[in-house]
Amino acid sequence: MREVAIVGAGMTRFGELWQSSLRRMFTDAASEALASAGVKQVDSIYVGNMSAGRFVSQEHLGPLLAGELGQAGAAAVRVESACASGGVALRQGFMDVASGMSDLVLATGVEKMTDGADVTEALATAADQELEAYHGITFPGLYAMIARAHMQRYGTTEEDLAWVSVKNHRHGAMNPKAQFGREVTVEQVMASTPVAEPLRLLHCSPVSDGAAAVLLCPLDQAARFTDRPIQIVGSGLATAPMALADREDPAVLDAVHRSAVKAYEMAGIGPADVDLAEVHDCFSIAEICCIEALGLVEKGTGRNAAGEGLTALGGRIPVNTSGGLKSKGHPVGATGVAQAIEIFEQLRGEAGDRQVLDAKVGLTQNMGGSGASSAVHVFRRV
Amino acid sequence: MSGIVGYGAHIPRNRIKVEEIARQWGKNPETIRRGLLLEEKSVPGLDEDTITISVEAARDAIDRAGIDPSRIGAVYIGSESHPYAVKPSGTVLIDALGIGPEVHVADFEFACKAGTEAMFVALGLVEAGRVEYALGVGADTSQGAPNDALEFSASAGGAAYIFGKKELLAEVVETYSYTSDTPDFWRREGEFYPRHGGRFTGEPAYFKHVEAASRGILKKTGLKPEDFRFVVFHMPNGKFPLQVGKTLGFKKEQIDTGWIVPTMGNTYSGSSPTGLAAVLDVADPGELILITSFGSGAGSDSFVLKATDLLVERRGRARTVRSMLDGPRHYLTYGEYAKYREKIIVND
Repeated sequence: MREVAIVGAGMTRFGELWQSSLRRMFTDAASEALASAGVKQVDSIYVGNMSAGRFVSQEHLGPLLAGELGQAGAAAVRVESACASGGVALRQGFMDVASGMSDLVLATGVEKMTDGADVTEALATAADQELEAYHGITFPGLYAMIARAHMQRYGTTEEDLAWVSVKNHRHGAMNPKAQFGREVTVEQVMASTPVAEPLRLLHCSPVSDGAAAVLLCPLDQAARFTDRPIQIVGSGLATAPMALADREDPAVLDAVHRSAVKAYEMAGIGPADVDLAEVHDCFSIAEICCIEALGLVEKGTGRNAAGEGLTALGGRIPVNTSGGLKSKGHPVGATGVAQAIEIFEQLRGEAGDRQVLDAKVGLTQNMGGSGASSAVHVFRRV
Repeated sequence: MSGIVGYGAHIPRNRIKVEEIARQWGKNPETIRRGLLLEEKSVPGLDEDTITISVEAARDAIDRAGIDPSRIGAVYIGSESHPYAVKPSGTVLIDALGIGPEVHVADFEFACKAGTEAMFVALGLVEAGRVEYALGVGADTSQGAPNDALEFSASAGGAAYIFGKKELLAEVVETYSYTSDTPDFWRREGEFYPRHGGRFTGEPAYFKHVEAASRGILKKTGLKPEDFRFVVFHMPNGKFPLQVGKTLGFKKEQIDTGWIVPTMGNTYSGSSPTGLAAVLDVADPGELILITSFGSGAGSDSFVLKATDLLVERRGRARTVRSMLDGPRHYLTYGEYAKYREKIIVND
């Protein structure tokens, strides 16, 4: 397998982008990535997207968006793994280059969620239709159950959940591309509207539009495009039983753990070697469960990490310096790629106020549904 | 100079509180209060509709104008809840009030903007000299679908304005309209409840048009927010008008008098016209008033008005808006409300 580098990146702001259609956001992000590397033509395009069919009645995104980008003729396909679509698109792109089949690949993600569809209903398609959705559960409900299990097992409190939102908003306030520019306090989070007990509005990531794209090529060709390529040194994809009821322990995200193990092994590192991570905080409880599953903290101790500053900028292992899904926004298919862009910029020393000093090794973890799929990537400064 | 020679408003007596509606649907009333700044809304009685509300309001307008109603040459009612899809509301009003038969009548619609729309056309006819007096009314008894956010705000009420060229209670200094094809809220023929685009009704619809029309009229007149004593905006909920007022540079004291939505609800085509009536009930001579409506679909009409000495003399001749908001009211249970609003399926 060849070594693979990211040599360019582009993304839109995340938020309620009333003036931008799905295809417009895609071309904005993808053309920015191409321009940043001075590239005119690519071999393949992977489009991470969960549900354009339901949101804007558009399937077959591969050829559509390749054409919109001026890349008609390129190999292009839409990749779907619910909220992990972006991370899996990145993996497919990585494999395309690593295998030697392609030299220039765009790994992208895009989601247009504000065009009038019933978002809750569309997102619920990522759950088990027969065992879960049929009985009326929606995603906040599923994560609420995960939260209750974690609270019961490890004593995690609502306030612990709030600290994750507070930390991520503090980071997001420094990110010009983030949906929310304002910070929140623990009190505000704890007083926000209940959504699905114990989760409140400010424990939940928002509904967002956005697109993100990274350009991949073989590491030994990277110098043509940038003097600061970032290498993808590990990629892991794993699944877990779809229905919460079929999992061994709802508080333990097995798919996250397995995908991390595979990525660490490929990269030849362990969790202690990771300098910073972008983790899938679709709900605050998810960040707590994920950092445990990734081995960044001891199992059961995730609840203190945000409040004690462990995972804050300046802490031992900064998590979600971009603002995470909570503050940066979560246009579902785009998230996994946007996570990679944050690590890309951090490892190149281009993260401005959010810079983690001397960051050498970064990790992204992108999860689908209630944890049924997870894609983990490890990146290294070259 | 043309302007308002008579004005009146009508708000039905029935009310339902936000708590009562929230209780039905398992919602937290505090959240509604905080999020929408709504307390209670008016509910039309079984025998009330857009026509009866228009008649009551127009009657007060005629009293304040002190004119023989037969001198009104044009009658326009703007509403999104005309009782008939085909058969004008205006023809019932003219016979009820002794207007016509030598009169031009037309019904108007444009979601919540139909009231100021009727006013704009009435004003135009008078300015042109085509008629001596023209009546423009905004009134509605609109529905909110059960368990929809709009159910907390959709209410009933309206206001009527007679325009003329002499003995003005308020001069119309300028008008400005801003319109675009923005489908934020609609109801197809035959549907009982309207549909809406959720958060799309905010920034790209309400805020875009209210801001553009208000800025447009300020530019056209060369006036600044601080030149006005009062400003009235369309009030779909308690929050939006406060937010847009702040964005445009108005202060709370300027917005307060016309901000009647927390205890009236959103009377759709009656919303900003009734807010304007509340302002005219207390404005001092010479004070400038800005009103900007909003109708989904979408568009906004702005007017700059100036109160006259005659306003102070004449306004006591009929009911004030506050007397109807704060006066005798009858609170309904959700069951009574559903019955009055014909939300309960009964055989014919």
